[in-house]
Amino acid sequence: MALTIEDLTVKIAERKVLNGVNLEVPKRETHVLLGPNGSGKTSLIMSILGFPSFRVLSGRIRFDGTDVTNLPTDERARLGLGVAFQNPPSIRGVKLGEVFRHIAKGEVNEIELAKITNIPMEFLERDLNLGFSGGELKRSEIFQLLAQRPSFAIFDEPDSGVDVENLDIIGKAISGFLKGRAGLLITHLGHILRYVKTDVAHVMIRGKIACSGEPNKIFDLIMKQGYKWCEKCPKVKKPCLKR
Amino acid sequence: MPKGKKAMPKAIEKPAAFGPDLDIGAFKREAARWPSRAVSTLPQDITQRALSVGVKANEEERAGTYFQIDHSVVSRAVQRAFKGKVEIMSTGEALKRYPWAKKYWWKLVNPGTDKYTALAKLKWDQGYFIRILEGQKVTFPLQACLFISSENLNQNPHNLIIAEPDSEAQIITGCTVHPNVQSGLHVGVSEFCVKRGAKLTFTMIHNWAQNVDVRPRTAALIEDDATFVCNYICLNPVKSLQMYPVAYCRGANSRVSFNTILYGVKNSYLDVGSKIVLQGKGSRGEVIARAIATDKAQIYARGLLVGEHEDSRAHLECRGLLLSNESFIDSIPELVGKVKGTELSHEAAVGKIAEDQIQYLMARGFSESEAEALIIRGFMDVSIFGLPDLLKEEIKRMLDASIAGAL
Repeated sequence: MALTIEDLTVKIAERKVLNGVNLEVPKRETHVLLGPNGSGKTSLIMSILGFPSFRVLSGRIRFDGTDVTNLPTDERARLGLGVAFQNPPSIRGVKLGEVFRHIAKGEVNEIELAKITNIPMEFLERDLNLGFSGGELKRSEIFQLLAQRPSFAIFDEPDSGVDVENLDIIGKAISGFLKGRAGLLITHLGHILRYVKTDVAHVMIRGKIACSGEPNKIFDLIMKQGYKWCEKCPKVKKPCLKR
Repeated sequence: MPKGKKAMPKAIEKPAAFGPDLDIGAFKREAARWPSRAVSTLPQDITQRALSVGVKANEEERAGTYFQIDHSVVSRAVQRAFKGKVEIMSTGEALKRYPWAKKYWWKLVNPGTDKYTALAKLKWDQGYFIRILEGQKVTFPLQACLFISSENLNQNPHNLIIAEPDSEAQIITGCTVHPNVQSGLHVGVSEFCVKRGAKLTFTMIHNWAQNVDVRPRTAALIEDDATFVCNYICLNPVKSLQMYPVAYCRGANSRVSFNTILYGVKNSYLDVGSKIVLQGKGSRGEVIARAIATDKAQIYARGLLVGEHEDSRAHLECRGLLLSNESFIDSIPELVGKVKGTELSHEAAVGKIAEDQIQYLMARGFSESEAEALIIRGFMDVSIFGLPDLLKEEIKRMLDASIAGAL
């Protein structure tokens, strides 16, 4: 298994955001995570990364067989976990190029990577994420993640707020990168699924994985009937479905 | 404006509007004379300190040099390639040689302002005169060093800088002390005149010692279509530093930018402001300040924009970063509009390093301390200074060394 999450319960301040999550992503598979706003998808990612405000009350996170539940974020990143964030913070005075050079360690061709993610070279001299448009943010995140070369890549809504041309660029970049790797995608409208082949879809409802199965089937049902369908589903009350 | 020495006895007792009040009698006035010599032949302990404030003893990539130790003018020379473009001498020499220089002397700074200006008037210790001749573009920076080599000395240089019409130059001034000097009082008066169409970039770098008190008094006059960029950097400990330079944008389309980077360490007390008075049609001003306080440092970051012309605009931006619980930053921006039509604005923010920024970089594989160093370095980004690449790289190296030392 690339990633194994067992019965994970997480609190931010006094609010429970994950309530017994179970999830497995085998090596060389890409899974998609669906769920209504506020169901805990981004909280799950932050917990996988080990951000300190996401306090683990119970459960385990294993990565490539190593228990990472109590490791600091940078060590998890060094083990091969990487995330393209949905809403990254901007950092004044820190140049995108500086961050790139640190994470690429001279092993990534900057010009080529900038080309496949449609990042103009002058962007490398700009302050990180400062004044970037929605689409630019997504591309900068993917640019950085690809430079980081994680063995397990998580993309949090890479297709939100992206125009048609850039969706094509992002889609191809992600799909190319995920070949031979493991990954997890979060999407709302599923545009990215036209480019990236996924193996399993999981639906998250109220801090739990409510159902898992064949991505196209699940996604079509949600598109037609909305998450109300999931909430009514008798199976949702059961802990976790085996596919 | 009381100017004569008669008015001085009163002013010599007058505390400054800001900053801790000092007993100026507690500092010694006598200093051994330094003979004049080439800067490159100065002892290494002096040249190394000079280099820490951007003054190069080998004068490489510098158009000219002024070097003062204590009260002695050690060197003043213009590189051969720039002769006839720029003049460098002590202000004593300049006032003798050019009777007209009096027109600029104590004109923008009032000697009766406080005890420090009065002290500089009564006990004047040279200082540099730099004049860029009309239409001349000086491509390499000019450098000046004001150096204190003697313990507990009071040094009062008075500088005069004139950028003649349509001239262009950059000046880097480094003020510092010998590594053995612990205490002293430096009062530097600087008067700038940036004439029609001229562009002057002035960068002042300070590297003092833990018990040195510093009271610069600076004013600039900016004429039609002229631009004055005034940069200030202080990254090392100082007992107390208080200054509030002012620029009068008197000319039509005159421009001024003040950029300040302060790194308050140990018990440093820094009270640094920038004041802009917009008097000309189409005059524009900008103040950018970055202040970092750590250990028990106290920083007051002030700014005052005064709009006196209907077509004038200025903006003030101050950001402060607190790295310890005992440190303190007080950001005090003031806007004074005197006529309708003037546009003045400010933004200020003081806080600690944002946790989400550290977490974000850690998720990219930076360690916590690497992430902090990167964010602090970014916070003090010198690209705000509008410096030529050469100086930018030098100052960046200085900043990196200071930050690495402080972390």
